[in-house]
Amino acid sequence: MTRFQELIAANQASGRARRRAVNGVMLSLTGLATLLALVPLFWIIGYVIYKGGQYINLAFFTQLPRPLGMEGGGVLNSIQGTLVIVILSALFAIPPGVLAAFYAAQHPNTPVGIGLRFATDVVSGVPSIVIGLFAYAVIVKPMGHYSALAGGVATAILMLPTVVRTTEEMLKLVPHSLREGSLALGAAEWKTSLSVLFPAALNGIVTGFLLSISRAAGETAPLLFTALGNDRYDVGLIVKGGVAQHQSIFQIIQRVVDQPADSLPLTLWKYAQQPYPERIQQSWAVALVLMILILLINILSRLWVTSRMRRLRG
Amino acid sequence: MPPKMDANTIVETDEADKRELGWNNRVIKTAVRTVDRTEVARTVEKKIEVRDLSAYYGAFRALAEIQLDAYSNKITAIIGPSGCGKSTLLRSLNHMNDLTPNARVEGRILLDGEDINAPNVDVVEVRRRIGMVFQRPNPFPKSIYDNVAYGPRLYGLRRASDLNGLVEQALRRAALWDEVHDKLHQSGLSLSGGQQQRLCIARALAVEPEVILMDEPASALDPISTLRIEDLMHDLAKEYTIIIVTHNMQQAARVSDFTAMMMIDDHRAGRLIEFDETEVMFTNPKDKRTEDYVTGRFG
Repeated sequence: MTRFQELIAANQASGRARRRAVNGVMLSLTGLATLLALVPLFWIIGYVIYKGGQYINLAFFTQLPRPLGMEGGGVLNSIQGTLVIVILSALFAIPPGVLAAFYAAQHPNTPVGIGLRFATDVVSGVPSIVIGLFAYAVIVKPMGHYSALAGGVATAILMLPTVVRTTEEMLKLVPHSLREGSLALGAAEWKTSLSVLFPAALNGIVTGFLLSISRAAGETAPLLFTALGNDRYDVGLIVKGGVAQHQSIFQIIQRVVDQPADSLPLTLWKYAQQPYPERIQQSWAVALVLMILILLINILSRLWVTSRMRRLRG
Repeated sequence: MPPKMDANTIVETDEADKRELGWNNRVIKTAVRTVDRTEVARTVEKKIEVRDLSAYYGAFRALAEIQLDAYSNKITAIIGPSGCGKSTLLRSLNHMNDLTPNARVEGRILLDGEDINAPNVDVVEVRRRIGMVFQRPNPFPKSIYDNVAYGPRLYGLRRASDLNGLVEQALRRAALWDEVHDKLHQSGLSLSGGQQQRLCIARALAVEPEVILMDEPASALDPISTLRIEDLMHDLAKEYTIIIVTHNMQQAARVSDFTAMMMIDDHRAGRLIEFDETEVMFTNPKDKRTEDYVTGRFG
């Protein structure tokens, strides 16, 4: 028997049990680590449901807040404000972000491309409260009042780096051969980008949108000096009133965005620091609503992405 | 583009017929093929003439002084060891090299006698007339129909009735129609590798090109699919001029009418060392290096 064969024999005799044992230990360790990582997640979700669930009822979604001491009331203003601010920030951040990403993906080594990448890195590192201050200085001050619009701009700046970077990465993942295939048919660059690269990368791009939208919906700090908060914000009433006064759609939109608005995280923050038990309870309920809202956005768009994938794979 | 042809040869009569008869010229074409090959070769028109072509990537010269003719309705194979510039040459022919940063081309490439490297040439028109099929099937993430209709739509064809006819015609020519006609609106990615490659060929055919460049079109496919593509190339040669880059010597011998052999020189620039009819190249090459290569002694 050669030395190697001896080793193999020895390994067969003793190694097997040891290998199994080590395997078992390592597997348990990874399982334990996974559990540890999951604990905070489920703890948060469970605790918020436990604390907030009991105060949630239909009125909570459909009514404006009532003054302290009155029973009932809801956070309709915050829900609508969150949606308005999220829509505004998506409008402000996604189109320029996507176009910039196209540029960066196609011209990565030009001065503008390098500058763009550097700028997005810097902006994504800026604390969100600083961005809020910035929006205060350039939007709120000149306009003379707080508004949902200013809140939308502030959160849009927060979203922008995520949108640009994820879109750029997803575009880079599209095989070069697809681009060549389109160009070889005589398509122009912009046409190739629009009708081949963008659809091919869309699933990943949408996931990037989601991440950034979820972040925007959960931000408090940039809204402190911009959207401010508004207990009487009710889009339904604004629209109804506008229609009754025969206002144009632009006037109505202006009234929706050009006044202070509340948002769920902002309300949570305000309620949670008040010394009244019912406000504290409501702030838990607000936390739950915020979580449900973000979860809904995520689930819906993931469903869309999956069905689109299935369609594409055939 | 005025057809330029002398009056008397079989092939050119056929060329003229082709425009009038469309699909019915198959029979005539087949007859032409059986005529002695050398005889035909001398009489066909040159579709593409490459003259003193050099290609550079930055300061590096990748191609040096290439002279190459591709004849109408013939299949020209470009063979040679890896890295000898076959793909660069092929990509120069429809301006795909322009896409590589720092790439630049010198010399003339004549398509029907007109230089496609001239400064005032419309690159889009060149790419329409000279289609390309790539090494790996690259269908767009769209339906089969939209893949084929992509090219015609680029040129403004929008009406469904026009598009339907064109899509069917292209798919038929690419020998894919029978397999996909009942699932045109499924994704192109749902097809098998060989079907995807034929879809890509159909996509290239849909813009009615005159020349088709194929960059190792079967190297990513299994033997059966490869055979189908080769059969298809034979059929397509009746309508189009085909230039194919291949690593596979048997493939070059099977499908091509003419073969060009490329090698790198001492400065690592690709040169065309021999060009002749395929039969001659594989049975009686003049250059020792060609002989060594086609007999499998290196490469």
